Amino acid sequence: MLYYIVRRTAYAMPIAFGVSLVVFSLVHLAPGDPLSAVMGEIDARLLAEMRAHFGYDKPLYLQYFIWLGNVIVGDFGVSLRTGMPVIGILLPAAANTMVLGVLASALGFTLGTVAGMVSGYNHGTWVDKLVSSAAISGVSMPHYWLAIILVIVFSVELGWLPAMGIGNVPTLFSWAALKHMILPTIALAAIPGAIVARTTRACVMEILNMEFVEALRARGLTERRILLHVTRNALPTVLAVMGLQFANLLGGSILVETVFSWPGTGYLLNLAIFDRDMPVLQGTILLLAMFFVLTNLVVDILQTVTDPRMSRA
Amino acid sequence: MSPSRAPKVTVSMEVPLGVTQALDVPVGTLQLRTYWQTVWQRVLRDPVTLACGGVLLVLIAAAIFAPWLGLSDPFASDSAKRLLPVGSPDHLLGTDELGRDMLSRLVYGSRLSLTMGVVPVIAALAIGGVLGLVAGFVGGRVNMLIMRVTDVFYAFPSILLAVAIAGSLGAGVANTLIAITIVFIPPITRVTESVTTQLRAMDFVEAARASGASTYAIIRTHILGNVLGPVFVYATVLVSVSIVIAAGLSFIGLGASPPDAEWGLMLNTLRTSIFLAPLISILPGFMIFIASMCFNLISDGLRSAMDVRF
Repeated sequence: MLYYIVRRTAYAMPIAFGVSLVVFSLVHLAPGDPLSAVMGEIDARLLAEMRAHFGYDKPLYLQYFIWLGNVIVGDFGVSLRTGMPVIGILLPAAANTMVLGVLASALGFTLGTVAGMVSGYNHGTWVDKLVSSAAISGVSMPHYWLAIILVIVFSVELGWLPAMGIGNVPTLFSWAALKHMILPTIALAAIPGAIVARTTRACVMEILNMEFVEALRARGLTERRILLHVTRNALPTVLAVMGLQFANLLGGSILVETVFSWPGTGYLLNLAIFDRDMPVLQGTILLLAMFFVLTNLVVDILQTVTDPRMSRA
Repeated sequence: MSPSRAPKVTVSMEVPLGVTQALDVPVGTLQLRTYWQTVWQRVLRDPVTLACGGVLLVLIAAAIFAPWLGLSDPFASDSAKRLLPVGSPDHLLGTDELGRDMLSRLVYGSRLSLTMGVVPVIAALAIGGVLGLVAGFVGGRVNMLIMRVTDVFYAFPSILLAVAIAGSLGAGVANTLIAITIVFIPPITRVTESVTTQLRAMDFVEAARASGASTYAIIRTHILGNVLGPVFVYATVLVSVSIVIAAGLSFIGLGASPPDAEWGLMLNTLRTSIFLAPLISILPGFMIFIASMCFNLISDGLRSAMDVRF
């Protein structure tokens, strides 16, 4: 077990290295260097001086290692627009995204597993058909469109909930703050909820067809006890999907955050792209991607813990 | 089972993957159904898949023949006719915030939106398919190299990677196509590789090699035919994702740019009108949803018809 964890962690290292390389290269896909895009037409001598100041005059590979070294110790550089350290903008934004991500996962995963279980158990009935059609709609749903519909219904027409922002509130744990989170949470929960529902349903159906369930029934176990066995067997697969969906949620929240002007990483990314503020762009993408790598690692390990057969493979 | 109208006795038989080649000949008066005939029969008995196929055909036909449908000019704005409601005379689906005909813009919009959904998947299929075939068939170090690079790109959430690439390249339809293609190469490579690796170990490939078939012949007749099915099913799911992501990129200002007619872009510019004309402002999103769902349902139907698992 421990051996597996060490091996799996060691395997994540080259991936993380590769990810950092991709994130760094992304910036150099753009024509011109990051500075000229921001500064526009200025004095050539001044531009050269600034280039030297930001280190953009060095060869690329050297720039990469300097950047990587700084990032490892938490220095993401300074924003080309505001001159503020990137880390100072990035962390609060990441916290805001995380709040939505956790809420949306809690909502989506709970609804998804319950719905998936119910429809898997009642395969072919109208409940199953209802859940399956809701799930396929959720999977195909452009969540930014769902966000707009929610705003129209609950903010414009009913006037119950605020349409945008995080509100001017002292703490996140208040009704005023929560009101701002309800609509973005629902919009974000749709896709992961639907995916978890589909996975759980398929999983439960497959397990119910297995011989050991028949054996449990023959031994006279109550349906409730059998449910426990089914849950236990579905756990590794569903858990893996949940982990991936959670990380995807954080990385993919840009569209929903844009609709609600939610001050998270997605919104920051949006601003950075249109300001061509490369250090902010690099920092945000790197943080989100690293989180994705980390989640994958944790999920793989958890999966092995819940299903010991895996570590023998 | 429907009775066969042909005088010959038709034996309906499930032909497992990989045996198509051997059983493709009629034996005496018995005519065996090939794998693809079986799949087609099953699809014909699946109303949902057929209906979705029909909707998609209508959408695609409308996109291709848009200029000949007698629609009004999708770019002609008229400030006197802004945000006319759905059902107005001359403007069946109303008008947008600049007084342009919505029906016409939605139909013309399908050209760009469907293209941005389908083209990246086809491009990724060509590149990822070859990479996966090579990785799976050659194995060893080549496999290691290709799959480890794939793992790195797999380590990004798909929307984030698309936004990051499109954002770095700059706004524009071409850049969006490139970005989404790059996003889809790794998943297609993975699926192709895993199917190819499984096939390579099968007895009929071994038998072909033992009987002196060339590598090219083995890949062409034994591998490709069997890889294509699962990968194609997977690609249809990706099209549905691609439509949503491509429109999403336009939605945040990275894909199409005004005054283009494109569903994501229209959804974005109409956001200013949600107070005055809520129904009209959600129409473009509805189109994205329908198109995406049809591809998803077709994929589900094909998957069960082809009995594919991955």
